[in-house]
Amino acid sequence: MRNRSSALVMTLYLLFLMVPIYWLVNMSLKTNAEITGTFSLFPRELTFRNYMVILTDPSWYMGYVNSIIYVVLNTVISIAVALPAAYAFSRYSFMGDKHLFFWLLTNRMSPPAVFALPFFQLYSSIGLFDTHIAVALAHCLFNVPLAVWILEGFMRGVPKEIDETAYIDGYSFPRFFIRIFMPLVASGIGVAAFFCFMFSWVELLLSRTLTSVNAKPIAATMTRTVSASGMDWGVLAAAGVLTIIPGALVIWFVRNYIAKGFALGRV
Amino acid sequence: MDKTQNNRAWFLVLPVLVLVAFSAVIPLMTVVNYSVNDTFGNNEFFWAGLDWFDEAVHSDRIHGALVRQAMFSAIILAIEVPLGIFVALNMPKKGFWSSFCLVVMALPLLIPFNVVGTIWQIFGRGDIGLLGHTLAAIGIDYNYTSDPFDAWATVVVMDVWHWTSLVALLAYAGLQSIPQAYYQAARIDQASRWAVFRYIELPKMKGVLLIAVLLRFMDSFMIYTEPFVVTGGGPGNSTTFLSIDLVKMAVGQFDLGPAAAFSIMYFLVILLVSWVFYTVMTNLDRQEAK
Repeated sequence: MRNRSSALVMTLYLLFLMVPIYWLVNMSLKTNAEITGTFSLFPRELTFRNYMVILTDPSWYMGYVNSIIYVVLNTVISIAVALPAAYAFSRYSFMGDKHLFFWLLTNRMSPPAVFALPFFQLYSSIGLFDTHIAVALAHCLFNVPLAVWILEGFMRGVPKEIDETAYIDGYSFPRFFIRIFMPLVASGIGVAAFFCFMFSWVELLLSRTLTSVNAKPIAATMTRTVSASGMDWGVLAAAGVLTIIPGALVIWFVRNYIAKGFALGRV
Repeated sequence: MDKTQNNRAWFLVLPVLVLVAFSAVIPLMTVVNYSVNDTFGNNEFFWAGLDWFDEAVHSDRIHGALVRQAMFSAIILAIEVPLGIFVALNMPKKGFWSSFCLVVMALPLLIPFNVVGTIWQIFGRGDIGLLGHTLAAIGIDYNYTSDPFDAWATVVVMDVWHWTSLVALLAYAGLQSIPQAYYQAARIDQASRWAVFRYIELPKMKGVLLIAVLLRFMDSFMIYTEPFVVTGGGPGNSTTFLSIDLVKMAVGQFDLGPAAAFSIMYFLVILLVSWVFYTVMTNLDRQEAK
């Protein structure tokens, strides 16, 4: 009996989650005439025109390319600097470690709106405005602390004896770190990378402020479907569906670590 | 784990320090600079002291945004936390369906913020959206672009849709860590369902729930993109939250001084809450280590 009511609750909740997404997919497969003209729960005249518009027009698909470039750059930078730092936090106590760890957390918590204008001026003044690297560096603001916290959570689980044994066996620190330690926390690195990727991918405020043409992210491109001939709802919906796909593809691999990632490595 | 005292660990932290200092401290100092200066263009600045702060503290506009923000955060916490716990309690414990639920629930969390806004903007429209259309069909007058109450309802439901899964996932992770023996003991004692929840599950979930509440509080406190896409802060100012107001002030009207003073106070609130978060969390870590 209890099982059946649980199943009912879950079904209702999952439906609540899926229906708006379904509606977006549904719209992306309709023609504009059908969207505005008739009301139907599924596309009557199935069309892929909306997707074709995006995949053939450079001003559309370059948005995806730009987003992917800065997201990947950001993930690589974040993980590269976070790895040694997380190791230091998990293994050593040093002067000011707690304060530093806390300061990192405040950056994850700080509102991007506060940083939008100063970032714009900072990156304009050093000539990086409208480049991929500018957005990648700006997103480090919240992704580096996140990566440090998640990795520290995973590294605490690795017994310290492993480090000591490796040093006795004559490993130097870099060799030990790359050869022995990194494989041991591989799942942690994967999860941290996933979360850096995700948070950089979903962020719009900073990436829109820091770009105009050359590095414009897909999220900002989506706002231009308002044209003289009215809204192009179908293309807007198709663009939305395409932004959901990267997350949907990799989520299966990290499903058991999702809670840990969102909780900053603290579950 | 006991840690070795070693100040050379600073070298390992140095890259992070430099990078985050570049992307956090320098911009923050610019903001501080603006907040105490006045400008008439041409990059000429005049010392303004604390005038901007004074103005910001007494500004009705900022008070309004703050009240709306506090109301919004309170409402979504009051809905999402109980609902999230409820969902977590009903999740299948293991097997394929457990993984399936995890994946579907995580999906809204991974959608770009503006796409979340777009989804709900479309979904709520009376002419082409399923929700708006259905509500109109059963005779409810619903229009989120002109009615403040409907706009609020849409933004709140959207946030519940977007983030309840986060609370549920964390609560679920907490539940998974409870050993079966606890439940068996409760069965022997013939504990009621409520007693099991109150004395076994809730205390065990305390740590993760705390993280969930604080994350939800922080993230809802700086929410920008989703309501901006759906309502643009309207109708009127009824859904203009702190971040929306700040961006409007800084980038839209270029009122650098007041915007900067506003930013700093905003940031201090965040700092305070982060500190509470951190203290409580490290205390919990210490308790667990015992």
